[in-house]
Amino acid sequence: MGGPPQRETPRPLLPGHGSMDLQTFAVQLLNGVQYGLVLFLVASGLTLIFGILGVINLAHGAFYMLGAYLAYWLTAATGSFWLALAGGVAIAFCLGLALEQLLVRRLYGRDHLTQVLMSYGLILVIDEARQILFGKDVHSVAAPALLAGGIRLTDLQTYPVYRLAVCIFCLLVAVGVFLLIHRTRIGMIVRAGAENREMTRALGIPFDTVNRTVFAAGIALAALAGLVVAPISTVFPGMGDGMLILSFVVVVLGGIGSVAGAAIGALLVGLTDTFGKVFFPSLSSMLIYVVMALVLIWRPTGILGRREA
Amino acid sequence: MKAEDGCRLRSTRRGLLKGAAAWGALGVAGPLAKPALAQAAPLRVGLMLPYTGTYAKLGQFCDQGFRLFVEMNGGKLGGREISFVQVDDESKPETATDNMNRLVSRDKVDVVVGTVHSGVAMAMVKVARDTKTLLLIPNAGANDATGPLCAPNIFRTSFSNWQVNFPMGKVIADAGHKKVVTITWRYTAGQEMMAAFKEGFAQAGGTVVEELALPFPEVEFQALLTRIASIKPDAVHAFFAGGGAVKFVRDYAAAGLKGQIPLYGPGFLTDGTLKAQGEAAEGIRTTLHYADDLDNPANKTFLAAFAKKTSQVGDIYAVQGYDAAALLAVGLGAVGGDFSQRDGLVKAMGAARLDSPRGPVTFNKAHNPIQNIYLRDVRNGINAYVAVAQANVDDPARGCRIAT
Repeated sequence: MGGPPQRETPRPLLPGHGSMDLQTFAVQLLNGVQYGLVLFLVASGLTLIFGILGVINLAHGAFYMLGAYLAYWLTAATGSFWLALAGGVAIAFCLGLALEQLLVRRLYGRDHLTQVLMSYGLILVIDEARQILFGKDVHSVAAPALLAGGIRLTDLQTYPVYRLAVCIFCLLVAVGVFLLIHRTRIGMIVRAGAENREMTRALGIPFDTVNRTVFAAGIALAALAGLVVAPISTVFPGMGDGMLILSFVVVVLGGIGSVAGAAIGALLVGLTDTFGKVFFPSLSSMLIYVVMALVLIWRPTGILGRREA
Repeated sequence: MKAEDGCRLRSTRRGLLKGAAAWGALGVAGPLAKPALAQAAPLRVGLMLPYTGTYAKLGQFCDQGFRLFVEMNGGKLGGREISFVQVDDESKPETATDNMNRLVSRDKVDVVVGTVHSGVAMAMVKVARDTKTLLLIPNAGANDATGPLCAPNIFRTSFSNWQVNFPMGKVIADAGHKKVVTITWRYTAGQEMMAAFKEGFAQAGGTVVEELALPFPEVEFQALLTRIASIKPDAVHAFFAGGGAVKFVRDYAAAGLKGQIPLYGPGFLTDGTLKAQGEAAEGIRTTLHYADDLDNPANKTFLAAFAKKTSQVGDIYAVQGYDAAALLAVGLGAVGGDFSQRDGLVKAMGAARLDSPRGPVTFNKAHNPIQNIYLRDVRNGINAYVAVAQANVDDPARGCRIAT
């Protein structure tokens, strides 16, 4: 009772189950932000296709998985991760163009059930194609030599350089997509098309080409996320399933079609998940959805979603 | 508009069902039309395994192991020809009961072999108990299957979660570690494994200081790795499998924890995944009822045959499938292939002594294998044998009320 106070353990910064010192808190913050940025990269393509074309693409996660498998396959074939990155995005973009021409074009303006059915069919086809081409094995992709190694964060933990590079890359993509849509002529056409399809067409703007490019870009972004994430996530069947659900959460949280909203939503999900796992481990699986529900009660169209009239 | 779509959908589905029913009728009518040949008709084996999803590869290896044994015996087990019905359980517990019911009632299989995921297996166990279907579990280690839910018609050719993890307690304590953190997925298998390890570790004088868990099959480990680094335990005992195991082992190394806090686990952490885990897995010590380089004639025969059939290296999942077929062969052999003599068949299976690739295997009253648990070390990309962690480990079969 009257003994000397024990001061050996660091003073906890936050109370509760997973009390932690400032240093650990900072690392966890980094973990959360990094996870959020990856989620953004995956979700950005979804929000583009959803917001601009009005198409629900359930196969988004499947394209993410396809990207990761392309990273594995092309890295093994060419011996260079960078070549794989470029090649994978090119393949995905072409695939996107072809799919738009063949299937998706017919679904603009149709009700969402048709789109859901079509894109669910795509999931099955892509999964089977993956099975035939790459098999069922789990694979890993080595990070490029330039970004191998880690930075010492605490006395025990290091942080892989590649993860930091992914953070920076995701930020660049976020800024790039934002600028492209809000500050360029192409972006203006895209936004005009999303606003009023018929009027845009009447003004003589080649809207069909724009649509096709936007869809292909969305697919390419999903694959790009898979390619970039492959070295830290490992490559396995079904890796896109969880990502698809999280991407939808991110898109709905941020406001459908809003790239900036997706970024905010992604960070929110990343931080909720990371700190949820530490402080409320038994609730961590549902915490993201609790946050989503609360945000939607507060703003039914998402954080940066357009208010309904 | 939407209602119309719904109708259209339903009518097509009905059409499909009709088609399926017609097919089914054709298939059933064949053997029924010639009752005299019923005895010689192939025994129908239902393989209910994960052919897609996180456990796809494990399911595939179980499947190939089982088929390999059948092929090595000329397409027969105990003199009876075998035919297969295959169902993908997708490792989804919510559809497991339906899938199993379909196999038993619609496809009329005699024996069901499955599965990998514990949650799915428990649903299958319940159906097997209700319908008295003979069930052979080639992987899922849920303790309850050979515990409170044990039954004469349910056999397991793999392990119980308790069995594989309990011996690890002494191994880690003997290595001089006192404080251990456990980490796993929050589902039946993970929780049972960690509980058994805790039991063994406490008996050997150690303490589990924190039990970390994340939802199945999530693979975002970064937050929990940081937690481990801040706790600084003497060692970590981890269970993940498939893609999750690859990612965990690689993330553990990338976070700089490898070499500073030794990583242990049940063998599933490094089984069938070593190629993808690469350098990150070297030095991980695990316990399992198998090691890649087990030096016995049965293992050599098995590995050579498996490599010839699939051009892949056999692993424990393939061994378990192989042994499921071997066990069924013992049963069918004892009754001359006559599946209607169920009591004799089950009795012979219960008394079977398998010369398995993993070493000698017998069965306890709950039909769980009694077997050696080996300590292995990841060396040069294989799970190399180190020692017998505990010989002839017998699961306590807590709650099982089969009297023999």
